[in-house]
Amino acid sequence: MNPLAALFMRDLKLAGRVGGGAGIGVLFFLIVIVLTPFAIGPDLALLARIGPAILWLGALLASLLTLDRLIAADAEDGSLDLILTGQTPLELAVATKALAHWLSTGLPLVIATPLFALLMNLDTQASLAVALTLLAGTPALTFIGLLGAALSVTLRRGGLLLTVLVLPLTVPVLIFGVSASNAAIVGPLPFGTPFTILCALTLVSFVVGTFAAAAALRHGIE
Amino acid sequence: MLLLDLANPTRFLTLVQRALPWLIGATAVAFTAGLYLAANAPDDYQQGATVKIMFVHVPAAWLAMGIWTLMSIAALGTLVWRHPLADVAAKAAVPVGAAFTLICLVTGMLWGRPMWGAYWVWDARLTSVLILFLMYLGLIALWRTVDDPSRAGRAAAILTLVGAINLPIIKFSVDWWNTLHQPASVLRLAGPAIHPTILIPLLIMAFAFALLFVTLHLAAMRNEILRRRVRTLMLMQAQAAPGSAA
Repeated sequence: MNPLAALFMRDLKLAGRVGGGAGIGVLFFLIVIVLTPFAIGPDLALLARIGPAILWLGALLASLLTLDRLIAADAEDGSLDLILTGQTPLELAVATKALAHWLSTGLPLVIATPLFALLMNLDTQASLAVALTLLAGTPALTFIGLLGAALSVTLRRGGLLLTVLVLPLTVPVLIFGVSASNAAIVGPLPFGTPFTILCALTLVSFVVGTFAAAAALRHGIE
Repeated sequence: MLLLDLANPTRFLTLVQRALPWLIGATAVAFTAGLYLAANAPDDYQQGATVKIMFVHVPAAWLAMGIWTLMSIAALGTLVWRHPLADVAAKAAVPVGAAFTLICLVTGMLWGRPMWGAYWVWDARLTSVLILFLMYLGLIALWRTVDDPSRAGRAAAILTLVGAINLPIIKFSVDWWNTLHQPASVLRLAGPAIHPTILIPLLIMAFAFALLFVTLHLAAMRNEILRRRVRTLMLMQAQAAPGSAA
């Protein structure tokens, strides 16, 4: 079996099993959405107006929440050392891990979005627009977070530091994700402009996140 | 090769020791001249005396961005050439850069109060400087979490470079998100739009700020080298202490 395919299947399986934490992200997302009306009041018109932004914020925080296990679990049980000493290029290996991580934690957020959008009083078209922007944008969050996960593993300090390092880098994704959603719902911008930039940000983060994370792992383990 | 000569920390220390008094003197002279000229610069016909905040605000903003550039070059030095002083230079620059960014933010807020009627408006430039400040704080947090300096140095170098790639993207997206601030008026193709009576004191103040940065940076680098020596000596002492199994 191709080593990358093996790594991919292994990560997906681990995410689904006990202790994998694939569902916790979605649960956290739901709780953020439920807490919002308690903070700002049950005004349906207001909720519909800020709904896309709240959904994006919730998805951003939920995808950060699961990041610390992305590489740390492998570092603890020693499989990271195997990946590092293996023949497969490290860049491809970390990209595979990030992809599997996105499938198990990012994609569920996207699928849950149309459902949670009902709580925010969004109509069908609006909730599909938000889900589409999240589909294009959450991979960028995972790949930006990949760098944070790699850094915090090599430093052997996780959690809070990772969040502090990663969050400022997610600002562009958040801006264009929300503005694409709003463009689809209320205009006046055409949906295409911010959405294409969002896709571009995702592609850039594939490259930057992968290479930076691989460099961080290489330089950290010596 | 000057850079190679400087790779020897002892030689670097003697050089810093010799240069620092002159740098401190030059900084003092430049600030005296700059502040005198700034105090005598004419008031703006719209903004009145508040325009004088610019003489502190703008140089601090330039330095806030310039220091990140310097740190990125130092990061390349750490990762590519493994220059022994590169991560010292990077580490010493972070708190100074954060301080200049904070000065830029605070003076901007004080300027914004009379001009815009609020200390903080979510204008594009203020916001991107705020994010720059957050990234400086993140770097400080990274340096402070790891006890081994060379390990922390490489991690910080990677984060600095990623930041350097991302900062223009962040700037662009924040500009897209909202703009209310006046567009760039000194560095532009058609020549400065500021009258020379204000531009010349501004440039002298910028020079003074740059000198101040170089002075502080070299002094901080010296302190960092000495701090690392003390750390190594203490580690050696602990190893040689009776009772420690070796």
